[in-house]
Amino acid sequence: MAAIARAEAEAQIPSPVRSAGGRRSFPVWRWVILLLAGIYFLIPLYAAVKFAGFRSFPDVFRQAGFVSAIGLSLRLALITTVITLLLMVPTVVYVHLRLPRIRRLMEAITILPIVIPPIVLIVGVLKVAPGFLLSTPYLLALMYVVLAMPFAYRSLDAGLRAFDLKTMVEASNGLGAGLPTTLWRVVIPNIRTAMLSAVVLTVALVLGEFTMASLDLYVTFPVWIVDFEQNSGYVSVAASLLALFVTWILLMLIVTVGSRGARKRGGGEVALFSVATTRTIGKITGEPE
Amino acid sequence: MADSMTTAQAPEVAASGARPDRVTRRVRTGLRWLGIVPFGAYVTLGLIAPMIAIAIAAFQTSSGSATFANIDAATHGTYFLGLRNSLELSVITAVIPGIFGLLVAYAIFTAKRGAVLRRVVITASGVFANFGGVPLAFLFIATLSTTGVATIWIRELSGFDLWRHGFSLFTPTGVAVVYMYFQIPLMVLVILPALEGLRPAWREAASNLGARSWEYWRYVGGPVLFPSFLGCLLLLFGSAFSAYATAEALTGGTVALTPIQIGALLNGNVLAGQQNLGYALGLIMVVIIAIAMIIYTIVQRRAARWLR
Repeated sequence: MAAIARAEAEAQIPSPVRSAGGRRSFPVWRWVILLLAGIYFLIPLYAAVKFAGFRSFPDVFRQAGFVSAIGLSLRLALITTVITLLLMVPTVVYVHLRLPRIRRLMEAITILPIVIPPIVLIVGVLKVAPGFLLSTPYLLALMYVVLAMPFAYRSLDAGLRAFDLKTMVEASNGLGAGLPTTLWRVVIPNIRTAMLSAVVLTVALVLGEFTMASLDLYVTFPVWIVDFEQNSGYVSVAASLLALFVTWILLMLIVTVGSRGARKRGGGEVALFSVATTRTIGKITGEPE
Repeated sequence: MADSMTTAQAPEVAASGARPDRVTRRVRTGLRWLGIVPFGAYVTLGLIAPMIAIAIAAFQTSSGSATFANIDAATHGTYFLGLRNSLELSVITAVIPGIFGLLVAYAIFTAKRGAVLRRVVITASGVFANFGGVPLAFLFIATLSTTGVATIWIRELSGFDLWRHGFSLFTPTGVAVVYMYFQIPLMVLVILPALEGLRPAWREAASNLGARSWEYWRYVGGPVLFPSFLGCLLLLFGSAFSAYATAEALTGGTVALTPIQIGALLNGNVLAGQQNLGYALGLIMVVIIAIAMIIYTIVQRRAARWLR
């Protein structure tokens, strides 16, 4: 994502290399590479559509357990999103205003959920979680908040860096607004795009998460797809394509909203698919951390 | 950090001679940290406590007494095989997609800036890089299983039967083919910024000094890019090493890979006493990932020297 924003920002700069070198701008080997990549990435999609057959798509919705599985996944997505916003928005704003020195530490902490293998994390959680949490599926929502932290933190951090938070908050205080009013009417409207990407990434993550749900023995949508394979492989493939389609729409939503926001602000990072990208980009563009 | 702040302010306070003032300041500095208590508590309970619990349980018997038997079992026999498979798989699915991803990134990097092709590839990479897990496994079951679409194509076109010649989608090799589907786009996304960090001026300077294309790459571009490339490979390694969902959904838990073995030991229908073996395997995974990340940090620091 960040890469997209950058690429667009640089779109107008003519590259001196090519004009100086006078080489052919796009030799054959590049077409070969891109063609190979195209084949590798498109064939499985085509194969899945062909394998499932168009008739099995409506079947997915009629299968036993589908409604309860998708219902659980949606509930978990909703709860996770609410907790993530309630926890992360005040924390990130607070760190920006009062403890800017620990931003690097925050970055290091929030990258941990990506670094630690999810299978190891859930195994540990199941060992320490108290009984009343183990007996409900909502322990998963609490854990998904942890898994969403890397995306949520980085989206919100980028959003807050894009405008002069301190001055705005001081101005708001000067005009007599209290902290809740400032947060609600000054800060949040300014980070709406960042919050939207945080929410979309969180929802996409929860709807696709399999590892933790399957170890915790709750049948979310991805777990249902795998369980159902025993009945009908075709339905599982069709359900996978549907899941994919929803995820793509969600992610394309950030691409669109994100690049629009970037254009308004004249480029820069907006949101991220891959945490590593932003880290690298942050280093390369020499942005203050 | 709170302490250093207070010390720094101390002389000023002392000069004014107001002792209560100093106390107020210290209290205020302390209160500052209150704002991140909810986040800190959440991370401690949801992330740190579980990891500590695993580290302890890895050295305990099921009744709680200290032992090295779990670590010993985890590094022998089937579990050693699982670790070896996992490491091999992660190295292969870091290096091959790493090289291929670099080529794709370079191909679009040198395409006309702002071109449709470039935008399409970057957007698609963003989407595909995040597309691991269950749906991916079923896409490949439809493609390369014994009755998969591509398997049948290959057999009909060339008479070559993949499955009769030792290929199986449900072995580490098959899993590797599937992992590349998210590893290649991930590589494109993480290496592109490094490619963009190569300044055109360097290339012009090299060219003015008479360097040919390969000489530029051998003496300028290559050495500058290499640390970033290595860093990206480590990220891909970590991403493949911790993946669970794709391999589990693909093979139904039959492939000998460490994450799958941990899942099998701890999903509730195994003999009691085997759980601590699972914790030991988990600890080993975390240690391996930690080593990879330490090297990543070192390499990244080197990369940052040129690419800023």
